[in-house]
Amino acid sequence: MTKLFIDKSTTGVVDNDRFLRVQMRKQKIGAVIRYFILLFCGLVMLYPLFWMFSASFKPNHEIFSSLSLWPNEFSLDGFINGWNTGTEYTFGRFFLNTFYYVVPKVILTVISSVIVAYGFARFDIPFKKFWFVTLVATILLPTSVLLIPQYLMFREMGMLDSYMPLYLPMAFATQGFFVFMLIQFLRGLPTDMEEAAMIDGCNSFQLLWYIVVPMLKPAIISVALFQFMWSVNDFLGPLIYISSVEKYPIALALKLSIDVTEGTQWNEILAMASIAIVPSIVVFLIAQNYFVEGITSGGVKG
Amino acid sequence: MYENRRLGLAYISPYIIGLLVFTAFPFLSSLIISFTDYDLINPPEYIGLDNYRYMLDDDTFYKSMGVTFAYVFLTIPLKLAFALFIAFVLNFKLRGIKFFRTAYYIPSILGSSVAIAVLWRAIFSLDGLLNSFLGIFGVEPISWLGEPVFAMFSVTLLRVWQFGSAMVIFLAALQSVPQSQYEAAMIDGASKWQMFTKITVPLITPVIFFNFIMQTTQAFQEFTAPYVITGGGPAKSTYLFSLYIYETAFKYFDLGYGSALAWVLFVAVAIFTAISFKSSKYWVFYSGDKGGK
Repeated sequence: MTKLFIDKSTTGVVDNDRFLRVQMRKQKIGAVIRYFILLFCGLVMLYPLFWMFSASFKPNHEIFSSLSLWPNEFSLDGFINGWNTGTEYTFGRFFLNTFYYVVPKVILTVISSVIVAYGFARFDIPFKKFWFVTLVATILLPTSVLLIPQYLMFREMGMLDSYMPLYLPMAFATQGFFVFMLIQFLRGLPTDMEEAAMIDGCNSFQLLWYIVVPMLKPAIISVALFQFMWSVNDFLGPLIYISSVEKYPIALALKLSIDVTEGTQWNEILAMASIAIVPSIVVFLIAQNYFVEGITSGGVKG
Repeated sequence: MYENRRLGLAYISPYIIGLLVFTAFPFLSSLIISFTDYDLINPPEYIGLDNYRYMLDDDTFYKSMGVTFAYVFLTIPLKLAFALFIAFVLNFKLRGIKFFRTAYYIPSILGSSVAIAVLWRAIFSLDGLLNSFLGIFGVEPISWLGEPVFAMFSVTLLRVWQFGSAMVIFLAALQSVPQSQYEAAMIDGASKWQMFTKITVPLITPVIFFNFIMQTTQAFQEFTAPYVITGGGPAKSTYLFSLYIYETAFKYFDLGYGSALAWVLFVAVAIFTAISFKSSKYWVFYSGDKGGK
């Protein structure tokens, strides 16, 4: 009996040792597989972007004839011709135009959303629940149902072919998810600082400005960044409201250039498309943590 | 926190004004406009339900609606599955997780821009990147944007490509699953796959649901990609509903019919969302209080 018992236990130890080694090898293989999957998927996903950048430096005949990311024949023609565009304006003009409405849009969104979120998170408001439900409902509402009447409204106000329709609504916290995101963030903040300041005689606006805004800073930056990205990328808004070429933002200019060239001057088009995404990429790389925090805390579309 | 109700109302008054002027008023107006015939030049003329009656015989309406639902049902499962899969792989405490997260997130930052739609055209056009790549293996050029099925595939792929934002949300959810749950399951001898399906997935169902709702509401409104890449063609195979609304209202200036179409889309999306919320009772588990709410 005892002999049998000892035998069993020794083999058990050997097994255990082997088990551990097998486990470790399994883990190593697992890690290798995981890195392989991540690298492979990452490459497939990002290859088009790298290719676009490199294609901008290729002469037109080389673009589709080689898959290489390094141009055989280095050429700046794409940038030079693309920058001059087929219109009387340079691409720089369209670039600036974009910022003429993106900047006010971002600023107005931040200001109005912070004020409204502060109201929702810290005050007792008549019919608060109702207002909050409408806030969530607007997030889910398909905007195409508002498009036509909004167009008619701005037409009545004589604002067609201006940037006003693109940013004016932002002054009224019309993008519910930003307000929602800030409310969520505010609810997670402790209120004792505010209470202390209130006892010291601060009014609610001073509380907002001196205490809440500094604490909200990360969330505010997230809001600004998301709004920046979405506004720069927005296409339907400018398409409906901006009609004269001199006011075209990047999005419309790119669409115009692909329509005009019928997709033959690919180096020009891809060069300008590359330039068009540079601001977004730079902003993202500088501030990526704010994106990740913003998207995970408030839950924002992307 | 603060008792002053008037002051609170003052703070949210910009929102209330915005809601009334830029959302509620246009929302109801479009319903009214949908009962009229309006071309921007002549004053709107009340025609009752004619726009809706016309829709019943409108082939483009059926086609476009079908294409839109096909698009949503194709993109969302693919996108969410991919997002969850990559988040799952990333969650193994790998070194360089931040680098990969960044790399995977970049497409969702850029994806909705015209620049990327233009790039997509360069990839999928007849003499484009994909065909030159396939050419290496001796594959004859495929007309990706000229064949209905392939065109839909190309447009769909652009949205799936943007899975990064959903992935980041999934990753955060996965990281918040308590480690003790896995340890307990390991002691009971559960396999990795069992742990994933029996522990991870149920615990993150609220996040899956959240991503599902956000992604579908967006997908129903997709405009830029099909408009720039295919223009809705070939044979209206990528003619998503927002394209139809846009062209009806702003190209053919039939604002009455455009509004009617927009309202039908709204009702379709509302029904879809309502069903999703109803169904969530059966598959979304909120920790703490079991059985929903």
